[in-house]
Amino acid sequence: MIRRARGSGEALKDFPLFGVMSAAVFGFLYLPLLFVVGYSFNENRVVTVWKGFTFDWYVDVLQNDDIQRALMNSLRVATVATALSVLFALGLAIGMLRLARAGSTLAWGLIGAPLIIPEIVFAIGTLSLFVQVRFSLGVDAITLAHTAFCIPFALLPIRARLRSVDLSVYEAAADLGANEWRIFRRITLPLLVPGIVAGALLAFIISLDDFIVSYFLAGPGGTTLPVYIFGMIRNAITPGVNALSTLLLLVSVLIVSISYVISRRKR
Amino acid sequence: MADSTAALSIRGVTKEFATPEGGVVRALDDVSLEIDEGSFTVLLGPSGCGKTTLLRSIAGLETPDAGEIRLRGERIDDEPVWKRRVNTVFQSYALFPHMTVAQNIAFGLEMDRVPKAEIAKAVESSLAMVRLEGLGGRRPSQLSGGQQQRVALARALAKKPEVLLLDEPLSALDLKLRRGMQMELKRLQRETSITFVLVTHDQEEAMAMADTVAVFDSGRIAQVGEPRDVYLRPRTRFVADFIGEANVLPATFLSDRADVDALGVLEADLLSGTEGLTSGQPGFVAMRPENILWSRDEQGQARVVDVTFVGGDLHIDVLVGEHPCAIRTSSHVAEPPRVGEALRLEFPAGSVRWVTD
Repeated sequence: MIRRARGSGEALKDFPLFGVMSAAVFGFLYLPLLFVVGYSFNENRVVTVWKGFTFDWYVDVLQNDDIQRALMNSLRVATVATALSVLFALGLAIGMLRLARAGSTLAWGLIGAPLIIPEIVFAIGTLSLFVQVRFSLGVDAITLAHTAFCIPFALLPIRARLRSVDLSVYEAAADLGANEWRIFRRITLPLLVPGIVAGALLAFIISLDDFIVSYFLAGPGGTTLPVYIFGMIRNAITPGVNALSTLLLLVSVLIVSISYVISRRKR
Repeated sequence: MADSTAALSIRGVTKEFATPEGGVVRALDDVSLEIDEGSFTVLLGPSGCGKTTLLRSIAGLETPDAGEIRLRGERIDDEPVWKRRVNTVFQSYALFPHMTVAQNIAFGLEMDRVPKAEIAKAVESSLAMVRLEGLGGRRPSQLSGGQQQRVALARALAKKPEVLLLDEPLSALDLKLRRGMQMELKRLQRETSITFVLVTHDQEEAMAMADTVAVFDSGRIAQVGEPRDVYLRPRTRFVADFIGEANVLPATFLSDRADVDALGVLEADLLSGTEGLTSGQPGFVAMRPENILWSRDEQGQARVVDVTFVGGDLHIDVLVGEHPCAIRTSSHVAEPPRVGEALRLEFPAGSVRWVTD
């Protein structure tokens, strides 16, 4: 027998094993993170044995030249890829508004492909392409590839925002004497700012956190932070890896929080 | 023949839309209309009759397939929206949500590169004109529906357009507010002496505001005239029924009389609108419910189906043959008819209107 829900929240709680399953899910999600964060403060060089509290690993990591270079690479890639993908997404969103419904759905399907294509396939494909056309691997190659797969992430919030605006607002602007460019400058762009900010932050995180594509396209000197971390753990998981991972996590959480706050305030 | 007093001159405008099913809908079918300078013209019709398409064609938001639109004698139908000296009040108001009320009103003037000091003055006087003094700093979202409506009006009027177009501007307001705004719109039109062209499906609203009303019926203009004239002298069955209430019965014109289905022969002095008809021509007669006189008569043509008291009015529903007819009379009659009784119907001279299909 199926019990009728009185309030949806109550009915869910009454579901058998609700508590156990929730605990399992949250455990899987957050225990590894807790582990990483916790042991990044471990004084012992042997990661799994707790000895005492220290900030030494953070100092170590931040003073390491290789890490600093990888961090700069990551930031450069993420910044440029974000700027480019937001620009493309902006154009796409406005263009798709003018397409007929069927065309718009098709365009969205094609552009959104990176959301479902296995990243390893995309990485191998991009690598083959770059080798074929003799585009040298490194930061620029990673930036291009990141731009491509960041577009759908940047597009999502921009498109949502664009669609929430009453179309007659643009007609009113034209009616009051604004040509296409002035409509864009005075109406479209200001109305899209919250969507653009959210899209940019999302694209930035996706790029900053990417490993697979960056790993394939890094070449000499193109090491990004996630690629560097992967290199570190090939030898052993050190508290340094944990410290670096914690820092990366912190940046991601920070950006998502900013994005959330902005989207809430601008509603 | 160019009419020099016409603010807007619309000739043979046709517009077709493709339907999602692959068909074609003719929203405007060879529509011609002259709109007088300084008039308050109402385009009236049920939804989907083409009135909004005509308004949008004047604004430049739709491109007609054929025909021409002239503003004070000059063709505007090939000009882009933003160059036309007409402004629109949109049904949804379409206020810019990221701007204050004052910025909304200033927008059109900024587009014309009016000096800042002048804009500030114009915004103040526009706010005063629509009685929103002191609200210039608010956002549209902080205003009530009625206030937003006034901002939309002020914004469109601030540019002093040659013609102001209003697309069902009052439809989102509640009844009481709507009555007030009707008077307000009339006042604004008189004070600015700008030509107003308003679209509505509400015939009472049209009657209350219009100098001239153009009644639309499936993409064509069925009749144009003063509201009273259109009410008293409808030309088609559709107009008779859409403007006010009418009882429409099929009839045949016989030299100077009309043979009305189930009612009998009506003599010439009762009829109007029969000029130019030839004997034997089929058509309809339309009678207003308040223009039907009744008396008890066992041989009468009408049978009472229902009697309702509505305040001072007595509504009598009868069947004439198979045709339902409505009669309005005063509640103060000594002995109201009862359901099932037979009534004899008579009509004041000239009150039976001949209409075509």
